[in-house]
Amino acid sequence: MSRIKPEEVREIAVLARLALGQDEVARMTQDLDAILGYVNALRELDTAAAEPMTHAVPFDCPLRADVVAPSLAVDDALANAPRREASFFQVPRITPKSDGSGTGGVIGEEA
Amino acid sequence: MKAEVKSFDARGATIGSIADAVRARKIKAREVTEAFLDRVEKVGPALGAYLLVTAASARKRADEIDQALAAGQTVGPLAGVPLALKDIFVTKGIETTCASKILRGFVPPFESTPSERLAAAGSVMLGKLNMDEFAMGSSTENSSRGLVRNPWSLAHVPGGSSGGSAAAVAASLCAGSLGTDTGGSIRQPASLCGIVGMKPTYGRVSRYGVIAFASSLDHPGPFGRTVDDVAALLEVIAGQDPRDATSVPAPVGRYRDAARAGREGLAGLRIGVPAEYFGAGMDPEVEAGVRAGIDELARAGATVVPLSLPHTKYAIATYYLVCTAEAASNLARYDGVKYGYRTPEARSLEELYTRTRGEGFGLEPKRRIMLGTYVLRSGYYDAYYGQALKARRKVADDFAAAFAKCDAIVTPTSPIPAFKFGEKTADPLQMYLADVMTVAANLAGVPALSQCCGFTKAGLPIGLQVIGPPLGEEMVLRVAGAYESRTKWHELLPPDHTTAPLPGTATAQALGGAA
Repeated sequence: MSRIKPEEVREIAVLARLALGQDEVARMTQDLDAILGYVNALRELDTAAAEPMTHAVPFDCPLRADVVAPSLAVDDALANAPRREASFFQVPRITPKSDGSGTGGVIGEEA
Repeated sequence: MKAEVKSFDARGATIGSIADAVRARKIKAREVTEAFLDRVEKVGPALGAYLLVTAASARKRADEIDQALAAGQTVGPLAGVPLALKDIFVTKGIETTCASKILRGFVPPFESTPSERLAAAGSVMLGKLNMDEFAMGSSTENSSRGLVRNPWSLAHVPGGSSGGSAAAVAASLCAGSLGTDTGGSIRQPASLCGIVGMKPTYGRVSRYGVIAFASSLDHPGPFGRTVDDVAALLEVIAGQDPRDATSVPAPVGRYRDAARAGREGLAGLRIGVPAEYFGAGMDPEVEAGVRAGIDELARAGATVVPLSLPHTKYAIATYYLVCTAEAASNLARYDGVKYGYRTPEARSLEELYTRTRGEGFGLEPKRRIMLGTYVLRSGYYDAYYGQALKARRKVADDFAAAFAKCDAIVTPTSPIPAFKFGEKTADPLQMYLADVMTVAANLAGVPALSQCCGFTKAGLPIGLQVIGPPLGEEMVLRVAGAYESRTKWHELLPPDHTTAPLPGTATAQALGGAA
């Protein structure tokens, strides 16, 4: 029995914000199925008494002194932006236009 | 009689010998750098190890070291030593890509702590090295920037994910390098390329500026030709960093002294040999080489203690659940907004995210993002990720119990020698199983090193893994130093390949891109 189906792969891709082509969905379905089949062996392990290990070494979150220190200049932080405007990262609009049409529109073609 | 001018030979030169000669002003740092750059130009193209050669800044840096020495100034312990970095360490003003299309063109505005410490110690940075995309892989075949070839055989992979770092050191294209090890990505390529590679204790080396794959498993660490070289690099890069809250506050050890102490033998030490690491699927030549290595440690005075790490068989499954869950979270930041690749086609923000990621990531990062998202899903969390965190505890407890009975553990690093290109790319599970002997040390966070302990009849290196208790870097280096002092494997050098670039190899275009 297949553990994972193409529809489920598409759902996960939406959650992961990954656009996958048809061939990629098929490949992922096959690969994830094989990997999940392998990792299912973990289910047989009795872990009732085991404390979940979230960190490799004993770790208490340290607090630093609450003082202002230099941080990256805005221009440096924006230097790698694919698109910027003034001191902002520019992205396609996320609010509907005033005429109620969707959020469509190619970047830079503002209404 | 005419005085013979003996020029510096970079081939086989160690960090220790270079640092000593430069400091004593027997040779100029500039000459050393030129000799390595010459090899990168002539021998490099066949291997594909470099993504970017920073020749101009390297020459400038070497000249600065020479000027400082001429002026009688104090220089750092690595003054004039040419090194290179896996392209996962962000370097201020120098493109850093993680060998991914999604980070092409990213020029970081800051410097990673490990590379900053290497620079402050006087080293000369030669460039950025090829790797599996986002450090996901065991052969460097997942790079978006071309293959890396094993210097011992061009038909074989160098291992991964730090394949460029291992191949470059093995072929003397740099004197030493840094890599990262999330499930074996320093030790496995060190093993396949016949050099020394070390993953210290988790948190021993800062992860600040080291592009994150799986944050609770990522370990930056050094590659070198010798145990002393790896110790010298570790001494410089280790230590707490206020910019990495998970870096450990324990004082940095005297690692070179520890490596040297091994030469005096291992009397009184107990070396544990876990039965689970000598099971089915192991290449008989690898097993013979590692068994002979263990015998050598016994002759050095150590007592060999058979032991069991009973949860070893669960380590790969545990590792791939934890690392993919963390990767899915860490790689969420690549969305086409702040840096790197952005799809030209998006009509909405949602489409900008999904298309940028769909077009920018290669197959393996996509596979791991998908698996990680799946195992973290509501309803599956307890069965997969939650169970993996508990299994991780069991694996770590195995090591704690073992170190009550021994001082260090010795195993093979990889069950097989270097494999051929394409041999494992069709089936991701087969590639994942290449890490079967290395992942447990990442889950437990314990220090581990690989060194060469022989060659197969086909001439491929075999790796011996030495694992120590938490913060036991000195123990690991002492054992490795003992083995090295009694054997000659580390003195063997791969042949120089001065042929034209082979199809699929990365360096051809990289050489044009000097910064």
